[in-house]
Amino acid sequence: MKSSNQVEFAAGLFLLLGIAALIFLAVQATDSSGMQSGQSYRVVAYFGNIGGLKRRATVSMAGVKVGTVDSIELDPETLEARVTMQISEQFNDLPEDSSASILTAGILGDQYIGLEPGGSLEPLRDGDRILITNSAVVLEQLIGRYLFNSEESSE
Amino acid sequence: MKPARNRIGLPGVREEIASLGRAVLFLFTSLRRMKCTVFHVGETLRQVYYIGVRSLVIIMTGGFFVGLVLTLQTYDTLNRFGAGDAVSTVLALALFKELGPVLTAILFAGRAGTAVAAEIGLMKATEQLDALDLMAIDPMERIVQPRMLAGLIAVPILTLIFNLMAIAGGVVFGIGLMGIDSNIFWGNMQNSVGLWEDFASGLLKAAVFGMVASWLAVYYGWTARPTSEGVALATTQTVIGTAITVLLLDFVLSALML
Repeated sequence: MKSSNQVEFAAGLFLLLGIAALIFLAVQATDSSGMQSGQSYRVVAYFGNIGGLKRRATVSMAGVKVGTVDSIELDPETLEARVTMQISEQFNDLPEDSSASILTAGILGDQYIGLEPGGSLEPLRDGDRILITNSAVVLEQLIGRYLFNSEESSE
Repeated sequence: MKPARNRIGLPGVREEIASLGRAVLFLFTSLRRMKCTVFHVGETLRQVYYIGVRSLVIIMTGGFFVGLVLTLQTYDTLNRFGAGDAVSTVLALALFKELGPVLTAILFAGRAGTAVAAEIGLMKATEQLDALDLMAIDPMERIVQPRMLAGLIAVPILTLIFNLMAIAGGVVFGIGLMGIDSNIFWGNMQNSVGLWEDFASGLLKAAVFGMVASWLAVYYGWTARPTSEGVALATTQTVIGTAITVLLLDFVLSALML
């Protein structure tokens, strides 16, 4: 039993090493900004077409991430896509008449929602609806329109 | 214990199902007795040392080289699409969600599970368990529980260390050799790995695997035939049983968590 103390010391050291690894990985390698768990408020927007937007997609303003897409569903009456966004509480003074558009990061990148600030002094509040929206640009429709136009002009 | 013949056909299937039942009953028995006893903290800590600390070398070496080779292969493939910078995303997600817990559990079964199974099997063969019983010491409480608890503690920690070393391997290859910008490397990783849905769910998996790995090791040792052959069979079964159960459970848990 000479080494009993050493054994327990090594085991304790092992536990500490595990905790250190946990903290390092949690801080350095993950998105621990607490966007999901922190305080946030919800905003709704209706889009005619959301393209490839997914849940948990980024919501950004001026390129800075301010929130995430919480849920996407089809509104049964207007037949438009109803997108609920969670905006972090620290950005609680975005103008009420801000507009939302669905953009693509790069050519093959993920789609995200870009917010453009409006001029109103009233801030967006929990449950508010963003009225001015721009749908996603669907590449096939663009190409189709371009082909159609060029055919018309050549006649 | 029936000898392992008649493995083919209906009696074989019956025997397999019965052995599954015995393993589950064994788990419940040891868990039920755990409630009404004081933990042997010192013994558990000692087992954490024997099965955790002593596994560090293989876990760290394994983790480092898995990270290295994973980064190498992924970087090569992604570079064909001009997306080499995304390598850290793939590395971190694959490690945290799948490779870390699974490979750690399998390495752990090979390094520590076999040792536990052989130790308990030999204790049985040399009638030490009966001796403990005679001294009114419950071997379930003195031998089985500290080892199961130690596995539950050690495997998540080993998984964390495995992940850490694998990321280190990725850093060595990606940033060191391939010259990816270190801000891009870490930034991509941070942007795409969620603390709860990716990182914590992997740790939960690791805890489950730790429980399963130590449970099976103890069970196979406990039910080993008290001969040298029986002990050899028990160690073999520990590795096979743990590997299959962990891989199967991994699929089930992944499907549940997605």
